[in-house]
Amino acid sequence: MTIIGDRQQLAYIASQAADARVNVELETEGMTLNIGPQHPATHGTLRIIARLDGEQVLWAEPSCGYMHRGYEKLTEVRTFPQVTALVNRIDWLGSFANEVPFILAAEQLMEIEAPPRAQWIRTILFELSRIANVSLFLGDLGVQLGAITPVFFAFRDREYVLNLIEGATGGRFHPNFDRIGGLKDDLPAGWVDETRAVMKKMRKFCDEIENLLFGNEIFESRTRGIGVIPRDVALQYGMSGANLRASGVDWDLRRDQSLPMAWDKVDWKVWTHLDGDSYARCWIRLQETRESTYIVERLLDTLPSGPVMTKVPRIIKVPEGEAWVSTENPLGEMGYYVVSKGDLGPFRVKIRSASFNNISIVPWLLKGVYVPDIITILASLYFILGDIDR
Amino acid sequence: MFALLSSIPYWGQTILRLLGGSVAVLLPAGTIVYLFLFKMMSFMQSRLGPMEAGPYGSMQLFAEVGKWLQKEDLMPERADKFVFKIAPLVVLSSTFLLVVVVPFGPDAWITNFEAGVFYALAVSSVSVLGILMAGWASANKYSLLGGLRAAGQLIAYELPMILAVVGVVIQAGSMNLQDIVVAQNAGSIFGWDGLGNPYLLTQFIGFLIFMIAVQAELTQTPFDMPIAESELVSGYMTEYSGFRFLIFFIGEFATAGVFAFIASVLFLGGWGVPFSWFGWTGINDVDNWMNVGGPLIMLTKMLGLAFIIMWVRFSYPRFREDQLQRFAWKILIPISLVNIVATSVLKVAF
Amino acid sequence: MSSPTDSSAEAAPRHDAMREQLLSDVSACLGSALLQSHINVGNDLCVRVATDTWATSAAALKTSLGFDYFCFLSAIDWLPSPFGKGEEDPTAEPVERDTEIKQGLAGGETRLQVFARIVNHRTHVGITMKADVPDATPVVPSWVSVFTGANWHEREAHEMFGISFAGHPDLRNMYLPTDFEGHPLRKDFPLLARMVKPWPGIVDVEPLPGGGDEDDAEGSAE
Repeated sequence: MTIIGDRQQLAYIASQAADARVNVELETEGMTLNIGPQHPATHGTLRIIARLDGEQVLWAEPSCGYMHRGYEKLTEVRTFPQVTALVNRIDWLGSFANEVPFILAAEQLMEIEAPPRAQWIRTILFELSRIANVSLFLGDLGVQLGAITPVFFAFRDREYVLNLIEGATGGRFHPNFDRIGGLKDDLPAGWVDETRAVMKKMRKFCDEIENLLFGNEIFESRTRGIGVIPRDVALQYGMSGANLRASGVDWDLRRDQSLPMAWDKVDWKVWTHLDGDSYARCWIRLQETRESTYIVERLLDTLPSGPVMTKVPRIIKVPEGEAWVSTENPLGEMGYYVVSKGDLGPFRVKIRSASFNNISIVPWLLKGVYVPDIITILASLYFILGDIDR
Repeated sequence: MFALLSSIPYWGQTILRLLGGSVAVLLPAGTIVYLFLFKMMSFMQSRLGPMEAGPYGSMQLFAEVGKWLQKEDLMPERADKFVFKIAPLVVLSSTFLLVVVVPFGPDAWITNFEAGVFYALAVSSVSVLGILMAGWASANKYSLLGGLRAAGQLIAYELPMILAVVGVVIQAGSMNLQDIVVAQNAGSIFGWDGLGNPYLLTQFIGFLIFMIAVQAELTQTPFDMPIAESELVSGYMTEYSGFRFLIFFIGEFATAGVFAFIASVLFLGGWGVPFSWFGWTGINDVDNWMNVGGPLIMLTKMLGLAFIIMWVRFSYPRFREDQLQRFAWKILIPISLVNIVATSVLKVAF
Repeated sequence: MSSPTDSSAEAAPRHDAMREQLLSDVSACLGSALLQSHINVGNDLCVRVATDTWATSAAALKTSLGFDYFCFLSAIDWLPSPFGKGEEDPTAEPVERDTEIKQGLAGGETRLQVFARIVNHRTHVGITMKADVPDATPVVPSWVSVFTGANWHEREAHEMFGISFAGHPDLRNMYLPTDFEGHPLRKDFPLLARMVKPWPGIVDVEPLPGGGDEDDAEGSAE
């Protein structure tokens, strides 16, 4: 892995030397290009300041904060159940998955555990939000690379998943469904069969995207070898999720830690890729979406009966203590370090969001690439601005 | 041959040709936009497209034009005002100049001169000037990058396009587009003249190269870096709005139509039907009704080719700038050179 | 994968053999730099190191114990908020609040603490590291030379808590405007929106008709 990194670095230095010679002869000068905060490719309001030499990037620096909402401060004036409404808005495409680690942290401090059925449904909804989130990524990937058709397929098929989430929780984007000690409600009648049908559709969608994009030579030439993140660099920057697994690190928090969730109750596979380039990251996400549909199906097969809510006090006071819970969210590792002082609300919540770490690698990664590669790399890292700025 | 023409006075011919030229530019643009951009793209993307304005949204075009005409004509403060204003006109005028040499029937042509192919290829590069002017005059970095990309790309793809056409010229033995049409329709394949001899069959490699180069010339999707909406916002068109944007828009699709016309003239037999069907032997035998039937045949062929151009546009991702240059210089140009050599050898041999 | 919390739930002092072993490794590695530690059974190991060894102990843990994955770095202000939760009527007399600073797990002496989490990506076990930040000069050594990814986290901690990181290349503001005054995540920074208008949601629990009092642990299980 390091060899690729070195080669990339060497090629960059060599090209810089060659360019410098030409530049002295022709008296050219660089140009600072300001990509964003409003730009079609920044998924929100990320701003990237790039110093260009022709089309090559000399250095690039992301500048975030255009959407900073101060959730860490706001949690200090909320009660524990109210916080889920806030954290819903962090990664707004996979909202339910944001609630789960916070609720788990609170449950851990209170030393309670949700009943099995609630754990199963949580896991199912968690995976559904992953499918909804990543399927949009797969479509958007095409747009970033210039192919407009996949995004419409993604929006079409994501709708089925959103309908499922709405059916179960009442909210399409911000369910706010998870409660300390369980879930707000049980699943509605007919939901399970509907979900099975939709999972088949989503697998078809994955095949479609694979045929449309991943088999395309132009797509491969645009993504292969672009934005290579070697394994040790990925670890140092705290990359997580598919970005880390694409660099060859076999680590999935769903499998590698014990949480009161249902992932360890069924059989599934963690996908890794050795290349660490943009293609690997996109490919991992495609495989994971497909894998998620299987997880959901298998969980539906083994869905236990019983209550969805354990006994909790009506007014929730969380005992004093500190808890760290992180889960493998659609974007990567999402964790909450919750400090409670035995109050109605948390004393301090540190929100560790995946995109913040994933994007902090951008200045390192963008050196020496071309302008179109900026877009490819950003798309393949897959960030959501709410997840960077919180 | 000139039976029909000679009965019309010269001013009448001029008006007819002006009208015909406008129709030949605007009609394909409108049809391509409606049929392909609105409807085909929507169906490919599992949606309906415009449905409200007129039956099946057929009036949508006029609604769009009306919308653009109403919009404010914005101009960046630091733009080079004069160049900024005329840039879209330069692009559109290159389209009009291009359609001048396209024959639509035995007598339905605007000019008919010997170096038609040469002229068409030369005039098509005028649009590069307009794009470069737009990119430079906008005083916008995205526009500048887009304009420079366009210049590099259009020049790179001019060459394979010319080289691909050279094969046709060698085979037809003429640079006159009318003669090329006649040569294809009057020709025969190993003595069988049921289909004429469309150069699509004999110059298939040339046809492929020509279509790829056309795709690049039109800056349609695998080669749309000058516009590249996910990178450069809208490339050289970023700062344009209202009427001037509309001109760029018409120019884009009208040029697609005209290039499809030229491709159908060069490779698909143009306006003609195989002459043997009606027992014609040369252009002088062709009946007058072909002056009406010819344009219709051309339109059909044009739509077929535009369909392919748009189909590729809607399905493919975009190349990177350096990959595009590599593709032109390292793949297309060598292949087209080999094609020319092979054509000349075969031409001499047969 | 059964949760270790379950298996030993009945036994009075719960054990986490893996983390106890880890703690002994960590203390062997860090030596006198390790000031205090705490094991959250089945969840986490929390160690507090001396302030001046904040970066060197991270480097030691990274090289000798394989904690090579950087998860996050942030800070905690242990001062109880002088503004409460903003649930009171702002026109009423301000109430007296407890302002005693009480540190959390693994103790501490100062109001501000930095804490960070690093993980061994092979065993998937992480530890939380804490260090006191001197009250007079809030400066701690920077982690950037150990984990490059700490760069942005330290910038964030710098602007949110006013902690400086010695050796950080570029402590610019991340989110706030350059001329912003104050450090928003410190507890004595008022949340102005809440000062102006109290949050109604904080007391939205009404007594059930005929129900018991509020502390009644009545479950809502169905």
